[in-house]
Amino acid sequence: MAEDPAPVARLSGAVVRYRARSVGPFDLTVRPGDILAVIGASGAGKSTVLRLLAGLERPDQGQAQTAPGRTGLVFQAPTLMPWASALDNVALPLDLARIPRAQARDRAAAALAAVGLGDRFDARPHQLSGGMAMRVALARALIDRPALLLLDEPFAALDSVTRRRLIEDLHRLWVEGSPRPAIVFVTHDVEEAVYLAARTVVLDAETGAVVADRSSPGALPRPADWRLDPAYRSAVETVAAALAATMETAA
Amino acid sequence: MKRPIDIAAPWLLLALLLAAWEAACRLSHVPPYFLPPPSAVAVALVETAPVLAVSAAVTFGMALQALFVAFVVGGGLALLVSLSRTAETAVRPLAVALQVTPVVAIAPLVLIWFGLDHADRAVVALAAAVAVFPLFSGVLTGLNSADPDLERLFDLYGASPLQRLRHLRLPAALPFVLEGLRVAVGLAVIGAVVAEFVSGSGAAQGLAWRLLEAGNRLRTADLLAALTWLTVMGLVLNAVVAAVERAIARRSGRPLAGG
Repeated sequence: MAEDPAPVARLSGAVVRYRARSVGPFDLTVRPGDILAVIGASGAGKSTVLRLLAGLERPDQGQAQTAPGRTGLVFQAPTLMPWASALDNVALPLDLARIPRAQARDRAAAALAAVGLGDRFDARPHQLSGGMAMRVALARALIDRPALLLLDEPFAALDSVTRRRLIEDLHRLWVEGSPRPAIVFVTHDVEEAVYLAARTVVLDAETGAVVADRSSPGALPRPADWRLDPAYRSAVETVAAALAATMETAA
Repeated sequence: MKRPIDIAAPWLLLALLLAAWEAACRLSHVPPYFLPPPSAVAVALVETAPVLAVSAAVTFGMALQALFVAFVVGGGLALLVSLSRTAETAVRPLAVALQVTPVVAIAPLVLIWFGLDHADRAVVALAAAVAVFPLFSGVLTGLNSADPDLERLFDLYGASPLQRLRHLRLPAALPFVLEGLRVAVGLAVIGAVVAEFVSGSGAAQGLAWRLLEAGNRLRTADLLAALTWLTVMGLVLNAVVAAVERAIARRSGRPLAGG
């Protein structure tokens, strides 16, 4: 067996202190092509983990190794610039990297087409549905071929049909990526975590420390009917039990 | 869609008020120097139109110049201040102090500084001082109004301060700037008139001077005619800014800042 490839990002005993409390320590290694779900109760520090991995926050203790310039980020809301077209929104990371405008627009057009919005280049965010706006945000996060894609509850505000479709899109984009980006996504939905991720990390409800790290069975990407597979059901139950345990000790 | 009654209502009210005013003047025999009937004001509007049009153009020009100065100074200052939180905390109280100072009270000072040999400069400076605060405040609020998650995204992509300004903060500020401009337009006209009153220079040919002149001669109908010009001027300026605001809001699908 080949040696483990170098991690894309890593948190080692990372603790962040806020005014009232501190969260962590977080120990998390993200390897190239990983899909990792971070799950935990509200306030367990899920978003802190993402901000640490993005390099938007520094740990007060421990270490955070990030992938500067090679990280994409999607928030719970699409977070598009309301005054700009879908194409300009997607091209933003390239514009900020000072890539020539024409080239940036060409690549943005390809990225939009890849998320099924090849006919909505000129649409403003308010002209897009919630699911479409999220696809634009996904295209923007992926346009510069990041090594690490961070998603902060990106599907929480969407209806279940749109959510499933986006999860399938995300798997497809991950498969098509060369190299495949590592994905870390935060969620409070156990089923979503198990279905989408190769590994699910459960955070303690109170301290945010990693209390469980479970691999999901089945190779990625999964067929839609994998949700009927007993292996999937049992993995969901295992993670749900781990999550419930953290909440009971907190309560 | 507006109902016809909504469009007609303000005009009906205006007609009603004018009719009541006319009737009151005729029935109670108030001397016309005290309160002329609207019909006399209408006659005065026509008769004094050539003179008042010139004066209105002068005041309008002053107000526009003041607006320009206020925009450059207020907007520029806000832009500088927005680059540093410390600068903002330092400047805000001073800006508020300037805003709450009655402009009439600083008029003599402004006259000494700008107006000894150029009364019109004093008028512009004074009107600009009145109009500067909403612009400063609007630009500064607008520049800080961008979605915090978008700001984070710009952090993630290592945007330079200039890129952040150009791609994020200036576009986000636009509705607030226009809102500030709308308030400032009204204030600039007020400021120009007050400044003309105060500077009281013989060289001044603006509407305020016509108002004083008509008042001194007890030509009350002429006075009201000049006042009508001022109102119309304010309305026109306001409508222009509101139209620009609407056009931009429609383009980006955003609600107007502050309604």
